[in-house]
Amino acid sequence: MVGYGNTKFTKDELPIESLLLESTKQVFDTTKNLSQDLIDGVIVSTNDNSKYLGAILSELSGIKPKISHTVEHLCSSGSSAVISGFSYIASGLADTVLVTGADKIGNPGQILKWDKSRGEYDRPIYWASMFTKAHKRQFSTTDEELAIVSAKNHKQAIDNPNAYSHKPYTISEIMNSKNVTDDLRILDCSYSCSGSSSILLTSEENVKKFTDEPIWISGIGQKTNSASFTKNELTTLSSTVTAANDAYKMAKTNPQEIDIAEIHDAFSVCELMAVEDLSLAKKNTGASYVRNLFNTENRKINPRGGLIGAGHPLGATGIAQIVEITQQLQNKAEKRQISNAKKGLIHNMSAAATSSTVLVLES
Amino acid sequence: MNKFETELKVGNFVTSECINCNKIVWPPSDYCDNCFKEVNWRKVSTDGTIIELSKQEDDVFCITEFENKIRVMGKLDAEIHMVKPGQTVKLNKCSFNGKSNFFFNLENGQ
Repeated sequence: MVGYGNTKFTKDELPIESLLLESTKQVFDTTKNLSQDLIDGVIVSTNDNSKYLGAILSELSGIKPKISHTVEHLCSSGSSAVISGFSYIASGLADTVLVTGADKIGNPGQILKWDKSRGEYDRPIYWASMFTKAHKRQFSTTDEELAIVSAKNHKQAIDNPNAYSHKPYTISEIMNSKNVTDDLRILDCSYSCSGSSSILLTSEENVKKFTDEPIWISGIGQKTNSASFTKNELTTLSSTVTAANDAYKMAKTNPQEIDIAEIHDAFSVCELMAVEDLSLAKKNTGASYVRNLFNTENRKINPRGGLIGAGHPLGATGIAQIVEITQQLQNKAEKRQISNAKKGLIHNMSAAATSSTVLVLES
Repeated sequence: MNKFETELKVGNFVTSECINCNKIVWPPSDYCDNCFKEVNWRKVSTDGTIIELSKQEDDVFCITEFENKIRVMGKLDAEIHMVKPGQTVKLNKCSFNGKSNFFFNLENGQ
């Protein structure tokens, strides 16, 4: 990783092309020696229905790449696109790849129409309610423990200039926020919004041309169990477990060595499940682990505010997570910076964790 | 519209089943996800088991499992405090209007 860009995440209805171009421009503005002719891959990550966006972004940016196309994989489109870029470089098909993700508020990636097993309960709040109720039932998880996730991530988002929300909420305010269902409060939900994020990837031999502080992708794990939500286990993100194990193995590391992590908190319960399924916390200690982070103001998990605090423009989210960990490992995360971060993790998942991506990054 | 949806539209909850290995193929599909042979379509048993449930305003909604494999979400006609996962229910009604709609009842005496 040798360059990046981010837009602010907002409620604005902007054209998808404008969003894509905005974070791409930042990559050019902030990466030394970068010129269009050095980029031979342009990958767009989005759930937008527009066509041919890889070529459109290339043209708008003055790039004539060898490879350009779009990657769509619902909420983990961004990390999937980065893995595609990584693979082009690793295979020798490309040397330098721009990966840009964007989505608009109200994008169509929030509902998987194909999944008829969800019946009329096809919005994410319903699988989140099933996860939350099952978690409460199995682990005696309380509404307060769930609210702590949201309180922590909203608080951390205050120091993220690109976050959708800059408002702090007390645990009590979150617990008393509107009931979306009996098991889900509105402030335990992430928000779909508009936003864009970009990453510039290059091969090892090109790194020094662009930066003195490269961040390396050392581990990749991906797993797809199904597309249908109802086939899921309800108290374990099993695709995350597999993806994490593969990523740790590839990176020759283990969860104890992870200094900082961006976790896919689409809903509060997801963070409690993910910290356990990534083995950052022991099983059935996720809630106490997160409570301790909150009480000690430790930003190890979701330093930019997570999806709940920063917002969730689906195609940009995985890339924004990678940008955050890159900044943390470069010691450039300003007010969000944690000390001495050497290894970071990204967890990005789709459709109630029917699939998951885990990346390990190192300085 | 596929066979599953056309049948659901007239109130029949059907599944695909492989003609070769006799496995239920779920979610419904034109070919077996094990051997890629063709499938037959048949009605699903109306006896289901609650996997998990929650409530939105006055509606109880749940995941219900049929024949140890087929899981769908639908509306349950019951007071939520009367129901637990593992409890058996009957499929009372189903329909299709672009989305699948399933309605469950508690069995008599529960």
